[in-house]
Amino acid sequence: MNFSYLTDPAHWDPSNPGSIPNLILSHLGYTALALLIGAVIALPVGLYIGHTGKGSFIAINAGNAGRSLPTLGLLMLMVTLLGLGLLPVLIALTVLVIPPILTSAYAGMRNLDHRVVDAARGMGMRPWQVLSRVELPMALPIMLSGFRNAALQVVATATVAAAVGLGGLGRLLIDGLAVNDYSRVLAGAIVVAALAVLVDLFLALIQRLIVSPGLKGS
Amino acid sequence: MIQYLTNNHVIVWQALQEHLYLALLPILFGFAIALPLGYLAVRFTWLYHPLINTFGVLYSIPSLALFVFLPVILGTKVLSPVNVVVALTIYTVALLARTVADGLRAVDPVVVQAATAMGYRRTRRLVDVELPIALPVILAGLRVATVSNISLVSVGSLIGIGGLGQLFTRGFQLFYLEPILIGVILSVVLAGIADLIIVLVQRAVTPWTRAA
Repeated sequence: MNFSYLTDPAHWDPSNPGSIPNLILSHLGYTALALLIGAVIALPVGLYIGHTGKGSFIAINAGNAGRSLPTLGLLMLMVTLLGLGLLPVLIALTVLVIPPILTSAYAGMRNLDHRVVDAARGMGMRPWQVLSRVELPMALPIMLSGFRNAALQVVATATVAAAVGLGGLGRLLIDGLAVNDYSRVLAGAIVVAALAVLVDLFLALIQRLIVSPGLKGS
Repeated sequence: MIQYLTNNHVIVWQALQEHLYLALLPILFGFAIALPLGYLAVRFTWLYHPLINTFGVLYSIPSLALFVFLPVILGTKVLSPVNVVVALTIYTVALLARTVADGLRAVDPVVVQAATAMGYRRTRRLVDVELPIALPVILAGLRVATVSNISLVSVGSLIGIGGLGQLFTRGFQLFYLEPILIGVILSVVLAGIADLIIVLVQRAVTPWTRAA
């Protein structure tokens, strides 16, 4: 094993645009942007379907359909259709995060204990209060696990996106393979793997902080 | 698209076969490893959390990183399909060990006690009672693993491994839509068929779930 690329201080210099910290930042930037756009689209739809029960078919099958889409094919399809650039990649990444977010929002709303919702109504809560103070907090654990899945998926796919000219940590893997610089490939693999694990841990921590303590019974 | 298919059917057919082979081999290996692991996690409860957490971490590693990292550990060549098979096996085990454990844990203890009282010993009780009851959960996990494996194999084309991903890279290099589109469609169809087969098998082997 050759760690020379990883341990070379020059590759950690933030003033160099291709350095590891900058690649991490751009990687996280794509991830956050795709998750944000995906959540804005998928959350309301998933919550609406889960709340009303209309269109359950879409929500149930979205998850499976999303998993079966080959990420690399989708990326290359978008880039071939729209040309190189951030937009096609962002569209592909967003398409990938929508199914898990939508399906989990739906599942979270569907798995609510209806007695609790009835009790909230019986206490005189308005529909909006029932949604914001009872249904959403109770659906949160399942919704967040879907969000974590989506985040992992984007971090992985943003790596692949280097193959279609995007920045991010995939650059180390793709460029390293192209010039047979195995030390660079190894550095990329280690940093990407660590980043994915850290992102997941970070989201798990957030989940622990914002989920109501009353819902944490084993 | 029809034109492309007729002109290149040999390449497409070969890619499809490689794809199937690279996706399903890890399912077989992964299932064979995950069954005993999942059982151990239930039998020795202290094993459950360490096991689930370890595989949770492994599962979160992006596929491309794992594909290029494995040669360092295994001593294989970067271009060897073994890397893809091992990587996908790891993902399969990560997913299935957990579903096997969760499925077995969800078996009603009253049923287990009844079986014990009827004279079932541990191994026969596991095979004849606990596993069949856990089967719907396990097969649901198998569906997820199979479908995601089929879509993940194509990432292997970035490191020169065959399969439908070859159609993506070929089309991308030529900025030519048709092979990419055909590859995406075939990959999705393949995943759909594999999923359907597991559903049909599940219906056949767990007839009691339909009665409820």
